[in-house]
Amino acid sequence: MLEFNAQTIAFIVFALFSLGGALGVVTTRNLIHATLYLILSLFGAAGFFVLLSAPFLAAVQVLVYIGAIAILIVFAVMLTRSMTRISDLYNRQWLLSAIVAGILFVVLLAGVIVPVWGVNGTQIDRPVSDVVAGTVDLGKALVDQNQYVLPFEVASLLLTAAMIGAIVIARDDQE
Amino acid sequence: MNLNDFVSDPNLLPWLVPVGPLLAFFVIALLTNRSRLVPAASHDYSDHNHPAYKGLMVPAVTVPSRIVTITVGLSGVIAAWLISLSVVSNALSIEKLGKTVLGNSVDWMATGATSFTMGVLVDPLTTIMLIMVPLACLMIFIYSIGYMAHDARQSRFFALISLFAGAMLTLVVADNLLLLFVGWEIMGLCSYLLIGFWYEKESAYKAAIKAFTTTRVADVIMLLGIAYLYASTGTLSFREILYNEEVLHALAETPAIIFGGISAAGLIGIFLIIGTIGKSAQFPLHVWLPDAMEGPTPVSAMIHAAAMVSAGIYAIIRMYPLFEAGGHPHEGDLTSPLMLMAVVGSFTALFAATIAVAQNDVKKVLAYSTISQLGFMMAALGIGAYIAAAFHLITHAFFKALLFMASGAVIHGMEHGDHHVHEHAHHDHDDDHVEDAHADHGHDDHHDDDHHGEDAHHAPHFDPQDMMNMGGLRKTMPVTFITFLIGGLSLAGFPLITAGFWSKDEILADAWVGVSHGYGPHMLVFFLLAIAAFLTAFYTMRQLGLTFWGEPRTEQAKHANLGQGIVSATMTLPLIILAFFAIFAGFVGVPPSFPIFGPIFAPEVNPFFEFVKYTLLPEMQPPKPPFNWIPVLTSFGVALGGLYVGYLVYWRKPLTAGQEDPLVKFLGGVYPVLKNKYYMDELYNRVFVRPSQVFSDVVVSQFIDRRIIDGLLHLIARIFTWTGDFLKLLNTWLIDGVGDGIPEYVAQFGAWFRRVQTGRIQQYLLLVAVAALLILLVFAVSSGLLVQAAG
Amino acid sequence: MIPLWMYLAVAAGIFCIGTYGVLTRRNAVAILMSVELMLNAVNINLVAFWRYIEPLNMAGQAFAAFVFVVAAAEAAVGLAIIIAVYRNRRSVIVEDVNMLKW
Repeated sequence: MLEFNAQTIAFIVFALFSLGGALGVVTTRNLIHATLYLILSLFGAAGFFVLLSAPFLAAVQVLVYIGAIAILIVFAVMLTRSMTRISDLYNRQWLLSAIVAGILFVVLLAGVIVPVWGVNGTQIDRPVSDVVAGTVDLGKALVDQNQYVLPFEVASLLLTAAMIGAIVIARDDQE
Repeated sequence: MNLNDFVSDPNLLPWLVPVGPLLAFFVIALLTNRSRLVPAASHDYSDHNHPAYKGLMVPAVTVPSRIVTITVGLSGVIAAWLISLSVVSNALSIEKLGKTVLGNSVDWMATGATSFTMGVLVDPLTTIMLIMVPLACLMIFIYSIGYMAHDARQSRFFALISLFAGAMLTLVVADNLLLLFVGWEIMGLCSYLLIGFWYEKESAYKAAIKAFTTTRVADVIMLLGIAYLYASTGTLSFREILYNEEVLHALAETPAIIFGGISAAGLIGIFLIIGTIGKSAQFPLHVWLPDAMEGPTPVSAMIHAAAMVSAGIYAIIRMYPLFEAGGHPHEGDLTSPLMLMAVVGSFTALFAATIAVAQNDVKKVLAYSTISQLGFMMAALGIGAYIAAAFHLITHAFFKALLFMASGAVIHGMEHGDHHVHEHAHHDHDDDHVEDAHADHGHDDHHDDDHHGEDAHHAPHFDPQDMMNMGGLRKTMPVTFITFLIGGLSLAGFPLITAGFWSKDEILADAWVGVSHGYGPHMLVFFLLAIAAFLTAFYTMRQLGLTFWGEPRTEQAKHANLGQGIVSATMTLPLIILAFFAIFAGFVGVPPSFPIFGPIFAPEVNPFFEFVKYTLLPEMQPPKPPFNWIPVLTSFGVALGGLYVGYLVYWRKPLTAGQEDPLVKFLGGVYPVLKNKYYMDELYNRVFVRPSQVFSDVVVSQFIDRRIIDGLLHLIARIFTWTGDFLKLLNTWLIDGVGDGIPEYVAQFGAWFRRVQTGRIQQYLLLVAVAALLILLVFAVSSGLLVQAAG
Repeated sequence: MIPLWMYLAVAAGIFCIGTYGVLTRRNAVAILMSVELMLNAVNINLVAFWRYIEPLNMAGQAFAAFVFVVAAAEAAVGLAIIIAVYRNRRSVIVEDVNMLKW
């Protein structure tokens, strides 16, 4: 099954970070705390990326997700402070949502495990290749006209539009 | 087919006989009845017969209209008279009329293979009727000119008597029983309209209804007889039934469908005779005739002399062969119809004569006299004296018409006197209150008599028709007196010189033949008729004495006269003409074997007898009665005897004012019975009229009409309203309920369901998640993954 | 090596926690954070699959990169909206923004 080596330990640590962070986000009342837990979870994800031989994505994750989005969320939390803190944490449908989430998890898990451990499992001990494409390949792929240049350009457009949109929406209208 | 053909062909000419008066009826009724409005209280309108409505304007015929009406009416009847004279002359020129006849018929209605024909027939019986009827009608028309000269509705009167005359002539020239019945019924209608001519008088309209309903009862039965005859023989034509031996024989042999004891001919005969009993006012249906005196006098003359009652007798004379079929009256074997006629006729003759003796109204005496004389005719026919009955019909028509019109003149004179008395009284009253005591007394007495609590100048209760108020009129109305006398003597049968004697004598002679052979019915007829003849003479003399002889018993009688001018001339002229006939009409029927008179008037044969006998089949023709002194002496005896007794009582010591009729003391307890007509009217009232009124009120009106018919209608209405309400309910529940319910339901559902849209996004998301899970589940199940997983 | 399914299980766990957070948190910013969690989980999934199935084809990483982009854009706009709503309503409780209801 699993070898007990540094990879495994790293995996467990990062898993803890991710899941713990996620749980923290969902359960804390204090939003700053929630943001911090989010950052923790994102770190965990970044760690996963490293383990999965995608260093560029790990870097991007930290830079973009944590460095930009999480900070943005902090600002938003600060700008939208509610007056009272006595309000409920969860809304009325927490039970049903928990059930749904639980079932979803079971289903997903089943979808993950069955092919592996099931009768016709195809993933049992499949060898993993060690030859991995690097960041340079990613860079090439993103601008190669036969590959992903179009989505790349469209993504940039999307970002532009989002930026403009965010500015417009959040702008102070008192002029 | 134009008018020329009608005039030139003697067979077609009889069609034109009724045309004149019928056409006159339409013209007068539609065109000449112009009137102007006059105040009802004025003398133009109100008199004994028209009430003086206060403050109303009523229409009265204008004078130009009167002149046109009279012209049209007179021309109608004169045309009828001239045409009938032409027809008569044509008929008389035919040898043995009866074997061959004048006549013409048209196919009126198709009845299967054959068709029902209607037409005209002129045989000897028709001929003698055509001599009498148009002449009498013409006299009555002339009389009416004067009599109705001041009546507000003279045009209507002339229209109605024209229709009456037209109907009678139709009946006379008819060649079948149906056309006869048509004329019969039209006359019934006219009698209703004319008796009730002054319809504002209660007694008048009641009398009209009485006449109509009484004759109607008889007419229905007669119609049954006609129907039965038609059903038995398939025809109603006189020649085919009555001049046809096989038909008569067959009818006499067939038993009747009900009352199996008599033959078909007998039953039909009895029904037809019942029709005549009604129409000619025999017992027990005689009650309408005296009340019919409510009509104007020309109407009485017409109905009771010339037309209606004569029509009844004419019908049975016409149908005589049917009655005789199967029997031999001249040998004493009477069939049932003949027996019925003999009994009813002779009984009625005596019955009516006894009532006439105690009547004080001049017209009522004549009414009962008519009933009595018709009984004579019916009895004569019953014993087979065919010719005698026909003869008496003709002579009776003349002298009875004369008597009625003369009595009308008397009444007119009395009213004139009444008018005079009133004017005089007013004049005196206005001028001077202190008058000659005698005159004053008389006038005041008179006024007191008349007032009865009413307006002093109007509605006197003086009865101008009461003979007790008359007396001594021979001085003021001489022409009337002479003609009335002639008519009365003819009625009484004054020997030898009057027509009535000859006809009555022939009846008695025929009856005596049977008596001498010992036939029961003939004996009954002979004796009863003899007694009736005696009474006839007596009451005639009584009437003459009370009216004309002696001294006037009242002021009105003293001043009674007809005045001068057109009115009186038109009223007296017919009297004179008819008086002539009342004397000389009898001489056509003198038997040749009669001493002295026979050889003068009937050298070889009795002209009337010889002429009329051919109406019948040879086997049926009655044998000539041989001359016998006994009936002649009987006639002499009863006539002269009755006249003498009347003379003794009423002429030798004429009644004075206020004196009671000696008959009252003589008859004692019987007198009130006679005066009240044996209480027959009261009896009928109790037995028929009141029950039917009660029936019509209680049963028909209240029960059948209100409860059943109205109830049914209300029920139907109620059913419909229930249905409507039910449908409404159905509508509300079903249609509104469903139609409105469904949208409402949908709306309610929508209102309930839209609460899903809470606006909370997290709820939406939750729903999405749940839905996604479900879809996943479906996929999983369908693709078998779950099975795999389970495995 | 760590088996694939472990990575996938973790990602599923993060995803479901994120779902739970989206469905139940009342604060809008918290919901947005939960959405970021979900996207993050997806990214982990994508990269794990890339590494274990076809590491030579750059599709996996490229896809993940694009998910980053979209997440960033969406976070920016979403927060801008939250701020705008906060300005108007003085509240970021999502339950209070419920005017598009019946």
